[in-house]
Amino acid sequence: MTDINAPRGPASPPKPAVRTARPSVMQRAAAERTQTTIGRRRVVNVVMVGVTFGAAILATLPLIFILGHLIVAGASSINVDFFTQIPKPPGEAGGGMANAMVGTLVLILAASAFGLPIGIGAGLYLAENRGTHLANAVRFLSDVLNGLPSIVMGIFAWQFLVKPMAKFTALAGGIALGAMMIPLVTRTTEEMIRIVPVSLREAALALGYSRWRTSLVVVLRTALPGIVTGALVAVSRIAGETAPLLFTVLGNQFWSASLREPIAALPLQIFNFAISPYDQQHALAWAGALVLIGIVLIISLAARFATRSRFGLGGD
Amino acid sequence: MVSEAARPVVTTRPDDTGLGARIDGSAIGDSIYRWMTTAFALGIPILLLFIAIEIGAAAWPALKAFGFGFLTSSDWDPPHNIFGAAPAIYGTIVSSFIALLIATPLALGVAIFLSEFAPSWLRQPVAFLVDLLAAIPSVVYGLWGIFVLQPLLRDHVMPLLSAIPLLGQTPLFEGPAYGPSMLSAGLILAIMVLPFISAVSREVLMAVPRSQREAALALGATKWEMISDAVVPYARSGIIGGIILGLGRALGETMAVTMLIGNVHKISASLLAPGYTMASLIANEFAEATGDLHLSALMAVGAVLFVVTLIVNGLARWLVWRVSREGQS
Repeated sequence: MTDINAPRGPASPPKPAVRTARPSVMQRAAAERTQTTIGRRRVVNVVMVGVTFGAAILATLPLIFILGHLIVAGASSINVDFFTQIPKPPGEAGGGMANAMVGTLVLILAASAFGLPIGIGAGLYLAENRGTHLANAVRFLSDVLNGLPSIVMGIFAWQFLVKPMAKFTALAGGIALGAMMIPLVTRTTEEMIRIVPVSLREAALALGYSRWRTSLVVVLRTALPGIVTGALVAVSRIAGETAPLLFTVLGNQFWSASLREPIAALPLQIFNFAISPYDQQHALAWAGALVLIGIVLIISLAARFATRSRFGLGGD
Repeated sequence: MVSEAARPVVTTRPDDTGLGARIDGSAIGDSIYRWMTTAFALGIPILLLFIAIEIGAAAWPALKAFGFGFLTSSDWDPPHNIFGAAPAIYGTIVSSFIALLIATPLALGVAIFLSEFAPSWLRQPVAFLVDLLAAIPSVVYGLWGIFVLQPLLRDHVMPLLSAIPLLGQTPLFEGPAYGPSMLSAGLILAIMVLPFISAVSREVLMAVPRSQREAALALGATKWEMISDAVVPYARSGIIGGIILGLGRALGETMAVTMLIGNVHKISASLLAPGYTMASLIANEFAEATGDLHLSALMAVGAVLFVVTLIVNGLARWLVWRVSREGQS
């Protein structure tokens, strides 16, 4: 607790001088002051402000271009049919992506059912067993899992679930997506539980609550808004994933909400339509992308909102 | 009453069973709870182990058949059961390198602007917009890449690059501009990894102790001199960690690259020529692979990708962890 504030606190031990790899600022400044004026250094300063500002502008441009083009190209194909119809055969006008939207919803639910309990449980363990070897190892491996390419998760799910069952299923895709949720949920759960004041836990224990009830009813409950945020962030991340679905759920031109059948998914449908030769399918792909990004952004914004209300509660 | 008071103080140590202090006498509940959370926590290593075993076992036939040559041979001939992943490995490295070359200076600029220069009213919205780049699904990047970025590069940027004196004549920009190319894939990757590098860099820059900044300013440094001489060197290994984290993302990125790189088994020096990456090779051929050895070869590519990203991410985490630990001590 104290070491976090120490460098800023009045009682902190004196720090060594500025650590630099090159000659110290003072040496350079003194040398430069004799040669040139301070004006030149000020000019460099202003130029660098401009350069970094330019970088910030340049970095936001792709976002504006992509969103702008999505709205222009996608909005014209969005109508009632898009939300109620299944795709028409290639080349025919009309049709929609209703089955893909249902499919994505089913996949999100399946992934959450698999990923959330494990993620939250592991997060609870990490928060309550800090510093143990197992906790450190699990935390590191959770980061490793987080960096695993989604395509690798896809071929794993194929090998593990599709091949033995000899059938593409929504379940295999849901498990692949759920596994991708685990590290994110674990990390946010651990952090949210850590900021629950210890006094709250101690109060519950002092009142005679058993340890498990304290953890689940008092601590987890207090941290819930933050955990919901983490879950939403994880969902928004997997909602747009395509690579783990390619060889697991396969896609489906018709209605299906069964976990035991191949299922359509919005990102998968966008991919298939994008690489098809038909203009009419391209238009649907744009509309699908607009809807998908709308879903992802709404979930992300909801997550931000949930975070804000957590700070409003004063958990820290 | 006396015995009530004499009961041990309840502590929050996890190994304390605290049996006597319970009103509801649920020592069983406690041990169930501990077993459950431990099991969930163990789920993560077990899952990783499972992935490694499943993919390793599936990749074994191909690795055994081709040995080290699998990584160095460029022959990829499914009908004759000859497989070498060199073009895909080459393409993965080159496209990721292009991505980092473009994204790193930009991301650093953004991070420095946001953590040091930006007025507070501008900080939040700009950071939000850059972070939003990370929320766009890969397939949407691919869609935009196919229909907007690629034509733009083919019709305007690529002729311009070939027309640069000297540089345009090098093998780097040789050949006709078709559109699907290493360059388009690298560029889309640059946009995709930028938010990751900038977010980590911003975090480590903000973790630099105030004393470092104040010391530099007190010595008469301008704000930029403070950043370049005191803040950035202090955060250096964390920034490198962020860049490597971006590299990990770029190496494994699948959909957008598959849609833009052209998917051709060939090593070409020209950035305007199509190529392959490990991830796009799997995405493109896995569903059509019929032969057992073909499937195993694709699994082996996946295994290589798995190992490479494992090393890259481990390295990145270690570097970032080192800075955040120093910042706290």
